[in-house]
Amino acid sequence: MKIAVCIKRVPEMDVKFKIASSGTAVDETGLKFDMSDFDGYAVEFALQTTEKLGAGGVTVISLGPDSVQETLRKALSMGAARAVQLKSDSVPVDGFVIAQALAAELKDGGYDLVLFGKHAADTASGAVGLMTAELLGIPMVQACTKLSFDGGKGIARREVEGGAEMVTFPLPGAASIDEGIARPRYPSLKGIMAAKKKPMEVKPVQLAAPRLTITRLELPPERQGGRIIGEGAAAVPELVRLLREEAKVI
Amino acid sequence: MPDILVVAESRGGEIREVTFELITAARKLAAGGEVHAVVAEANAEAVASAVAERAKSGGYRVVLFAATAQGKNLGPRVAAKLGVPIASDVLSLSTDGDAMAVTHYVYAGKIVATMKLAANPAVVSIRPGAVEAAESEAQTTVERLSIESDASRVVVTDTIQGDSRKLDLADAPVIVSGGRGLKAPENFKLVEDLAAAFGNAAVGATRAVTDEGWRPHSDQIGQTGRQVSPDLYVAVGISGAIQHLAGMRTSKTIVAINKDKDAPIFKLADYGIVGDVFEVVPALTAAIREAKEKG
Repeated sequence: MKIAVCIKRVPEMDVKFKIASSGTAVDETGLKFDMSDFDGYAVEFALQTTEKLGAGGVTVISLGPDSVQETLRKALSMGAARAVQLKSDSVPVDGFVIAQALAAELKDGGYDLVLFGKHAADTASGAVGLMTAELLGIPMVQACTKLSFDGGKGIARREVEGGAEMVTFPLPGAASIDEGIARPRYPSLKGIMAAKKKPMEVKPVQLAAPRLTITRLELPPERQGGRIIGEGAAAVPELVRLLREEAKVI
Repeated sequence: MPDILVVAESRGGEIREVTFELITAARKLAAGGEVHAVVAEANAEAVASAVAERAKSGGYRVVLFAATAQGKNLGPRVAAKLGVPIASDVLSLSTDGDAMAVTHYVYAGKIVATMKLAANPAVVSIRPGAVEAAESEAQTTVERLSIESDASRVVVTDTIQGDSRKLDLADAPVIVSGGRGLKAPENFKLVEDLAAAFGNAAVGATRAVTDEGWRPHSDQIGQTGRQVSPDLYVAVGISGAIQHLAGMRTSKTIVAINKDKDAPIFKLADYGIVGDVFEVVPALTAAIREAKEKG
């Protein structure tokens, strides 16, 4: 099975972010970057699928400046066969622009399956996968918590409000990956060495003008947390009083 | 004065509450323009086609969805069919000259982004609970869209009903959540009892316990799970890993109960009790039951 996984390089979220002087971007000093969480699950799932089938390969694709090569290389180290950087100056928040670039790249690739993470850890929009599939004219199942294949068909489970649904879809098709499917493997030393020999194609792209743009980033007001009101069950009456009189939630 | 198309949420033939939040937001934005609400219950491909057709033929300036599982599946499809971007999961929506201005949480809920959407139509999905539904909007007629062809390449083969008595995490004013501090899956009964005592609470879980299989993934609150914003969030036996906080840090009031006084959750919580959850939670459950009875 020929699988393409579209991945995004994002900062690790375990930090106190600062806004850059431009006011429209995050200050990247000291930030560590990695593959977005759900994208990592998608890459892992793709690798497990091709390994199980004993055939096919995984291509990873990322849009952005040369810094995304580090993230693409991590996927190669995990076992992906080939990487493609769609080289642009920056990564827009306009998901449609990204989808157009991805669709142009994926169109003639002969992929049986195109995977995305449910949403990116930084922008948390969840639109690119669906839009790319729409532009490619292929069926797409969004936010799968289970995914398997049988005779040219995909079988997926997705959570919906009030329960879940099982769906089938024909290949070639697309899916975005939610929790519960796979956790990304740590690249082995062997994998890291092998990655250096794998193809990393750099293709400059001309992006359409974005129509969704960031005009301002702000840190929300700091919560005044940290109030320990007591220890053990003895603190319960005071908590109930505070919830009723101060927080007014009961 | 824009004309606005609201894509209503429905389940089992009933219009869901979040629709009235959308209509309220639409009326504020429309400032005299028309607000039309439509609904269709069919597969996503068919509904997306029907909505896109309607948006085009009706010449709507704005198309609104709820950022629910249903809306998140529909909105981007419709936007792509219309050849425009989507502003997803927004907290607010207003006009900005010829364009729209929206706000949206980015970077695991740590930053609020203000964005300009300069596309026509403006396709937007609104976070459930971000807008308070006005009473009057319950009167708005919601038109059922006719679906020409129900054919879809994606075929639903089975629908698994969740517990219909359970409040959805997105709708619940109170969420009681449990983590590893509960030690075993059967101890989640403490969390469920406390939720039942509140009467209007849903039960959530951390990734640690959903990974262990104690609770379903759909209950997971966090960066890779549900993002919730209830009036009250009670964290039971939860240490407060960053990826969990990302899912609940916008809750109005946060209570934490944990044995470890250094647990990171206490830094975020408005009210913390340091103690054994097996002692504190039953005591709290009894006290809440009593408080609710007194009225």
